[in-house]
Amino acid sequence: MKRFSTLICALFFTLPVQAETPCCATGDLGIVVERATGGLVVIDRSEHAAIGHIDGLGDLSHASLVYSPDERFAYVFGRDGGLTKVDILTQKIVKRVMQSGNSIGGAISDDGKLIAVSNYEPGGVRVFDADTLDLVADIPTDAKTIGLVDAPGRRFVFTMWDSGETWIADFSGDLKITKLTDIGEFPYDGLITPDGRTYITGLFGQDGMTAIDLWQDPPKAQHILPHYGRGEEKLPVYKMPHLEGWALAGDRFVLPAVGHHEVLWVDSRSLKEIARTQVYGQPVFAVARPDGRFVWVNFAHPLNDRVQVIDTLSGKVVKEILTGPATLHMEFAPRGAEVWISVRDENKIKIYDTTSFEQIGEIPADSPSGIFFTARAHRTGL
Amino acid sequence: MHSLLFLLFMASTAQASEVGQVHPDQLENLVRQDCGACHGMTRKGGLGPDIRAQTLSGRDPSDLAEVIKNGIPKTAMPPWGPLLSDAEINWIAQYLLKEPPK
Repeated sequence: MKRFSTLICALFFTLPVQAETPCCATGDLGIVVERATGGLVVIDRSEHAAIGHIDGLGDLSHASLVYSPDERFAYVFGRDGGLTKVDILTQKIVKRVMQSGNSIGGAISDDGKLIAVSNYEPGGVRVFDADTLDLVADIPTDAKTIGLVDAPGRRFVFTMWDSGETWIADFSGDLKITKLTDIGEFPYDGLITPDGRTYITGLFGQDGMTAIDLWQDPPKAQHILPHYGRGEEKLPVYKMPHLEGWALAGDRFVLPAVGHHEVLWVDSRSLKEIARTQVYGQPVFAVARPDGRFVWVNFAHPLNDRVQVIDTLSGKVVKEILTGPATLHMEFAPRGAEVWISVRDENKIKIYDTTSFEQIGEIPADSPSGIFFTARAHRTGL
Repeated sequence: MHSLLFLLFMASTAQASEVGQVHPDQLENLVRQDCGACHGMTRKGGLGPDIRAQTLSGRDPSDLAEVIKNGIPKTAMPPWGPLLSDAEINWIAQYLLKEPPK
């Protein structure tokens, strides 16, 4: 009883303090998508811990999310067409709308006011108010839409798998859409450089890639890496690579090759191929550590049990880590000290020190896929 | 073409009896997670088409097995023959036709 009154006493004194001070900041938090259960794990980067769970988000296979500018809210794009706004502090769903039958990712505008969702069925992009999730604009494309990113100037850029077009939707005033046709056959993903200048699409149906300089008016599509893949037999592709998550590695960037066991180094100014690095399997993600010094690569089924680390200076693989079965996603701490890796079939998130390559932590999660730290809130294209 | 299908059919029925090769749990996981990457975890489609049991209803299982084994040229559907045995492919074809997604 004495202990009880001590507890009461402690509560009495701490409560008013908590009322004045918000309980926590979100700067070192993040979210892990659990694809099997339709849930999210809220993670604390500093503590290497899961600090909560949010359920009821529908089909989260291949789900992704973006953050509000204050890093408090996450907008989650589910495969089943659900758009869900989640409060990380209260760990609750704020609002959820079923905005289409089948969707594949989204983006938040540079001012944080608009949420765009990319849809397969019906094909197109729908844009919502970030506060209320009310529909602001509906942009049908009659095709499966991929590679949706935000661009500076309240713009969204996206590409159509079936028709090979890239559209730029400008929301700075009345909606204006610029359409670029013939960007290539079966574009499978798109990315925007961190400066918001260049939009690159990977092509499944032909050799090379397409780059669009968004600083030009009107922007023009340029075919790049035309010799990549030519005359070489492509291997069966069991998992399309992801272009998102790439970064500039010094004066070059690195891209996963589709249908080949290699990554491509591209000069960031001329957009010409500089070199290739042979890797263990078909790369899914080739992600530069935030300082660009090393590039971490994971691989497509059935070679998806490890990651390789490439030295940017030499272009050589310097480390291989057996992470575990179905290694799906890698997320760096914003300054690169550690990397968090989801190992789906081991039901774990594993944390590695990026200097020693030692595993320094582990968090259980049910079939984890994407890992998203809140620092993404402040990066174009993420 | 018919003789090819016939051969495939014979080959798959011949191997299907070697039950020891097929691990339903692993194959279920493969369908859910890896086929699901394109067709959706609930199989209602994504980059690839809807392949729910109700949509595939009426399709010949050996026809489906051939698509799984050899893929569809000029599309994103890869040939699974290099990774899976005929028995496994046959099991998946049957599974797609009868099991609703979980």
